Amino acid sequence: MRIGYYPGCSLLGSSREFDESTRAVAEAIGLELVTVPDWNCCGASSAHVLDHQLSLALPARILALAEAAGLTELLAPCAACYNRLCSARTELEADPAAREAISRIIELPYQGRVKVVNILEVLDRCQDRLKAKATAPLGRKVACYYGCLLVRPPRVVAFDRPEDPMSMDRLMVLAGAEPLAWNHKTECCGAAFSVTRTDLVARMSGRIVAGAAKAGAEAIVVACPMCHSNLDMRRPECNALLQADHQLPVLFITQALGLAMGLDPVRLGLQRHMVPALLQPAAAGAKA
Amino acid sequence: MTDTFEPKITAFVCNWCTYAGADLTGTSRIKYPSNVRVLRLPCTGRIDFMLLAKAFARGSDGIIISGCHPNDCHYTSGNYHARRRWMVYRNLMDFMGIDTSRITFSWVSAAEGAKWAELVNEVTEGIRAMGPYTEYQELAHAGVE
Amino acid sequence: MSRIGVFTCHCGENINGTVDCGKVAESARGVPGVVHSVDYKYMCSDPGQSLIKEAIREHRLTGVVVAACSPRMHEPTFRNAVAEAGLNPYLCEMANLREHCSWVHEKGEATTAKAADLVRVMVEKVKHDQPLQPIRVPVTKRALVLGGGIAGIQAALDIANAGHKVVLVEKSPSIGGHMSQLSETFPTLDCSQCILTPRMVEAARHPNITLYTYAELEKLEGFIGNFKATIRRKARSLDEKLCTGCGLCTTKCPNKKIKDEFNEGLATRGAIYVPFPQAVPNKPVIDKLNCTYYKTGKCKLCEKVCPTGAIRFDQEDELVTLDVGAIVLATGFKLMKTDQFPEYGYGKYKDVVDGMQFERLASASGPTAGAMKRPSDGKAPETVVFVACSGSRDRSKGVPYCSKVCCMYTAKHAMLYKHKMHHGKAYVFYMDIRSSGKDYDEFVRRAIEEDDVSYIRGRVSRIYEEDGQLIVQGADTLQNGRPVEIKADLVVLATAVQAQDGSEALAQKLHVSYDPYHFFAEAHPKLKPVETNTAGIFLAGACQAPRDIPETVAQASGAAAKVAGLFSRDELTREPVVAVVNRLPAPTFSYCVGCFLCQSACPYQAIEQEQIKARDGSVIRTLAKVNAGLCQGCGTCVATCRTKAIDIQGFSNEQIFAEIMTL
Repeated sequence: MRIGYYPGCSLLGSSREFDESTRAVAEAIGLELVTVPDWNCCGASSAHVLDHQLSLALPARILALAEAAGLTELLAPCAACYNRLCSARTELEADPAAREAISRIIELPYQGRVKVVNILEVLDRCQDRLKAKATAPLGRKVACYYGCLLVRPPRVVAFDRPEDPMSMDRLMVLAGAEPLAWNHKTECCGAAFSVTRTDLVARMSGRIVAGAAKAGAEAIVVACPMCHSNLDMRRPECNALLQADHQLPVLFITQALGLAMGLDPVRLGLQRHMVPALLQPAAAGAKA
Repeated sequence: MTDTFEPKITAFVCNWCTYAGADLTGTSRIKYPSNVRVLRLPCTGRIDFMLLAKAFARGSDGIIISGCHPNDCHYTSGNYHARRRWMVYRNLMDFMGIDTSRITFSWVSAAEGAKWAELVNEVTEGIRAMGPYTEYQELAHAGVE
Repeated sequence: MSRIGVFTCHCGENINGTVDCGKVAESARGVPGVVHSVDYKYMCSDPGQSLIKEAIREHRLTGVVVAACSPRMHEPTFRNAVAEAGLNPYLCEMANLREHCSWVHEKGEATTAKAADLVRVMVEKVKHDQPLQPIRVPVTKRALVLGGGIAGIQAALDIANAGHKVVLVEKSPSIGGHMSQLSETFPTLDCSQCILTPRMVEAARHPNITLYTYAELEKLEGFIGNFKATIRRKARSLDEKLCTGCGLCTTKCPNKKIKDEFNEGLATRGAIYVPFPQAVPNKPVIDKLNCTYYKTGKCKLCEKVCPTGAIRFDQEDELVTLDVGAIVLATGFKLMKTDQFPEYGYGKYKDVVDGMQFERLASASGPTAGAMKRPSDGKAPETVVFVACSGSRDRSKGVPYCSKVCCMYTAKHAMLYKHKMHHGKAYVFYMDIRSSGKDYDEFVRRAIEEDDVSYIRGRVSRIYEEDGQLIVQGADTLQNGRPVEIKADLVVLATAVQAQDGSEALAQKLHVSYDPYHFFAEAHPKLKPVETNTAGIFLAGACQAPRDIPETVAQASGAAAKVAGLFSRDELTREPVVAVVNRLPAPTFSYCVGCFLCQSACPYQAIEQEQIKARDGSVIRTLAKVNAGLCQGCGTCVATCRTKAIDIQGFSNEQIFAEIMTL
């Protein structure tokens, strides 16, 4: 099984562990990741705020390169990259004139034939292989946090239930963990305000951390580098505002699955987290 | 200013749905090109092959046939007969060499004023792009001095 | 020799503003056969009609074309005028210069040319028109009312009081509809059941009304004045003549866990049940889907305890066929359910309820006997949030229309709550307040000023449950969009009013049009609100559009008046647009070869066989013949006939060819 792979800037930078763990899990289940040659930044939040054409051209170039490389699907683990790629693809699908214009700008033929998928969709397809390899069930209570970009806007990403998604929860069941029903699954973490308005992130991410802790979670599982960064790196600010000391770690979905498959925590990048995450998977059913 | 070709479009519509829908387009003041001439019939089931052939022979460049949606025919099944006959007429027309892309078969209900305008717009522009339809007229008048 | 008169109407500026009526009249003068052509400002007015009548007499006209609005508007008007002048009304046609021309095209030569074309088409048609005589059919003076809510009950009573027979059919075991579920009604806070039950009893007892409850329309055939309806009376598993309504069986049924529809799922009932204490008829029904005996063959407790032996497990559905002359559709509405709202929990929070569920909670005959107790734990809710416009006025996720009644009933609910819990806090999140009826706005002001209900203008973006309370997150747009978060014990969603389940299927059975939301379509939005496009079928109540009780009652009486008008004559005159099989002298007799393809094509079974016999009685030919009483004039047979032996008067082949020839 092979699939196109777009790591994007964050997976090679501050969220390196997402890339490491994704590759580790992919290898373990026999999924070949074919990185798009000569890929560029997708534009993330800056492009679509500054220039509409740029926000279309950057993702279009990535998709055109993927198509030229003979790929039919492109996996973008970073939720922001995924959302930008889907948005550009949806807009260009409906507008042949725009497709032509963009093709001229990127100097590549853009046909719109490549489908964009997120990490949860791909893992969902590999359920059987994951189940077969999950030899070390996590046995923990976890809060699955989806953030906004994976499920919104519903007409663009067309993925899972926008208000109460369950795809990550189902994967955690495969990993032998207990996903909890909790109230902040899709609440915004503060996103790119991490740098410009850290106080807002402290409040918004703080609410999420507190909500997860209240529900009884031992860890939060995410599928987005921005969410991870806000819930993990900004934990001291959150705790300061909440006047609490929440130490529950934040794991990428691929890290959680990797642990359940008995992979080495260092290989999964768990040592890179701010909030200590080198926990041992408990025996199935045992309390933390 | 160049002369743009103004196609002649004849529309055979049923009284209960499409004619009423076209009335609604009027009451809602939605504009569409004036090339279409609507001929009222009690039901699309009334439509005979000869009516269509005659329309082409008399110089129509395009034809619209429109009635009630399946299941909603005022006379229960007229539109089903029309739909089935249409399949047969198409074969006959292909055999005779009539350009079937110049005929549009559609369902427009009495509540779909906007759809009627859209349909007329689409067909008018489509036929305009195809140009005048003279082949059938020539065929029909062949041998007549 | 044709002598056609063409009368072009300006319709004020409606036609003349875009079409040059003078030119149209001029062009008509040049058409062979036209002897008189004028234009005038308002053809449908008295002077306009006089113009036509005088012209008929003066110029000895043999046909008239009125070029004006749509024939669907004024064909009867002009045909009447023409008849008054002594010309057969079927020799008058209309060219649609308004809805199909002036209103949809820009002013200009092309538009005027089109108008002239349309007039020429109709002139050709008129030249081939035959003078026709209307067909008379008898009228069955019995009405069928479908739906036993307040609309159906009112219509039935009005028709019955006018002296005609009515059959009232209701699909649930009792009449009363949604109004019977309400606790109090706005703007008077009248007890709903108190004002409804006398009407229910009256309908049941009225000598002219036959009540079929637990029954549905199976099939409808025929046409106005002469419908044949087949009603399926579902088996109650009860001999109604023996049942005294004592209710013992309902108390003894061991299977009491079934969700109670009348209480909107907030309570349970047995498998043998009476929907509510004031039900009419007050006789139980066995729910076959949930009854232990019907599912497993065991139990039959009800049969054992019944003092009169009225239980009949072997009872089958009964099909009843009726002749009726008119039908009133009064099938009502349903409310959107709370599981349609992802932001409000996908229906999983027990304490997020819809408006009807709140009515049951507030009702003295409801699951809490009217005490304010919330569904999850029975606690008295100290804080209640009401969310208006849930699902309505929402193009992206709900329905685009306004459900009309929610602003009023939300104010009512808030007031009822405050009357029962004086120290409770009530909040209403609203977009606009629509309280346009008589005494309605004063009613809403009462809620705000006297009962201290807090109205917050803004939407609710999310509701979730935490620590046994519902966190309601909204915004206050009158304070610059300030986020508002309320911890509520109970949330009431004013969910959208929708068409009843099964409306589409019913409309198709009756050949009645419906809109994209499955509300039945009226014949004209302004001027024919109680008629449908199907002659003889009328509308009353919320099945046509969201509606409150006063308007429903008014509309029901309106429909009843139409029915009474229909029944005021013994005979109906029908349009003679019917098919005719041609007849020729012997030995041809007809172009018809007797293949009877037309018979199989006809949706009304209007084609019969006629045998042509020789003098000795032997049959020479069997030909098709049209029963003019049944024929509806669709023309399907005409297109089917291989030899063109059958044609329609008013839309004959000659006429349509003539129309095409002018183009």
